[in-house]
Amino acid sequence: MSAFAAIVRRDMRVAMRRLSEAANPLLFFLIVTTLFPLALSPSADELREVGVGVLWVSTLLSSLLALEGLFRGDADDGSLEQLMLSPVPISVTVLAKIAAHWLMTILPLIALVPVLALSYAMPLAALPTMVAALVLATPALSVLIALGAALTVSLRRGGTIVGLLVLPLTAPLLIFGTRATDFGLHDEPVSGPLYLLAAFAAFALALGPLAIGAALRVGVE
Amino acid sequence: MELCARELAVWRGERCLFEGLDLTLGPGRLGLVVGANGSGKSTLLRVLAGLATATAGTVTWRGNKLESLPFEYRGEIAYRGHLDGLKRDLTVLENLRFHATIWRGRPELESLLEDVALSAAANVRVRFLSAGQQRRASLATLKLGASKVWILDEPTTNLDKSGRGKVIAWIREHLATGGTAVVATHQPDELAEKGALVVEL
Repeated sequence: MSAFAAIVRRDMRVAMRRLSEAANPLLFFLIVTTLFPLALSPSADELREVGVGVLWVSTLLSSLLALEGLFRGDADDGSLEQLMLSPVPISVTVLAKIAAHWLMTILPLIALVPVLALSYAMPLAALPTMVAALVLATPALSVLIALGAALTVSLRRGGTIVGLLVLPLTAPLLIFGTRATDFGLHDEPVSGPLYLLAAFAAFALALGPLAIGAALRVGVE
Repeated sequence: MELCARELAVWRGERCLFEGLDLTLGPGRLGLVVGANGSGKSTLLRVLAGLATATAGTVTWRGNKLESLPFEYRGEIAYRGHLDGLKRDLTVLENLRFHATIWRGRPELESLLEDVALSAAANVRVRFLSAGQQRRASLATLKLGASKVWILDEPTTNLDKSGRGKVIAWIREHLATGGTAVVATHQPDELAEKGALVVEL
């Protein structure tokens, strides 16, 4: 447990010292969600219509931007080799790194969503559901992106490939996430899709780190 | 408590780096890997550390294959290669503390820093250290764990005379306390001692 905390602390500290890099996905998110109303019509009715989809897809893409290089820094400076040889199980290491980056980059994104949702003229009542759906969907999303990042760790520029590998797999998260938000928007029961997202999160967090560990083992060779 | 390699072979594409390599190192034994650039020294060390897999043959530690090492033996093999394994945005002290937690060591960090002449640089980010100082900090992390086998790839690169002396003293001390070491080097004379096993690639 102390090793888990140490890795989380270390990664957060490194991210803090490179704050401009850590803030990039957040700025990207802001810019993309601001561009849509400019391209579409700015009428409140139409924005409310597309808002859910725009915010979800932008979250997906910003998360990809935030996590595609999750292991590259550690691979470049040799920390990854050391972590793999250390007594700490590799799945614990992986989980700690995902947790640190979720806290540093995805959580601020989710915190920003209510503000953006309001600017898309979405009713206040729909916000709790949307935030809950994002909180439940992003762990599985992070694990998927981390898997792509692990598979491409030995490539100099893996960014695009991670997207091609991972984005198709995120479809279920997108479908159930937007469905939950839509239900919340129309005052229908939201527990169904939320439970499914929670199940995805449990599944991904339980088995993902094993797959990511195996991918990293191949990657450091 | 032996590090054993049996019938080890590594091919890189069409080229054979080495073949039929046998090696047994018990407590207190030193293995010196020598050979020209590109002869496969680093590859051999990575295979022995379990970071790379051999094309053929097996490496065992305490009778267990490295790929299926039981949990309690994990962390007994330490490896320092060309990459220093330090986070460049953290200070020397932060890096050492992190390694101490990961390798479950309870070290005296201050005396260790003094030992490698980095006391004054303790709170400097690794990014701002010279190559030799980075190497010193990287090697200092070796002393944080209780690893039985040290696998070192040209550990004296970038080090000044006192640094080289320190590393050699550490390796001797490690061997004297029942440790095992495998060192790739271009200056085998520095380390040569009785009973050292020389592997020429």
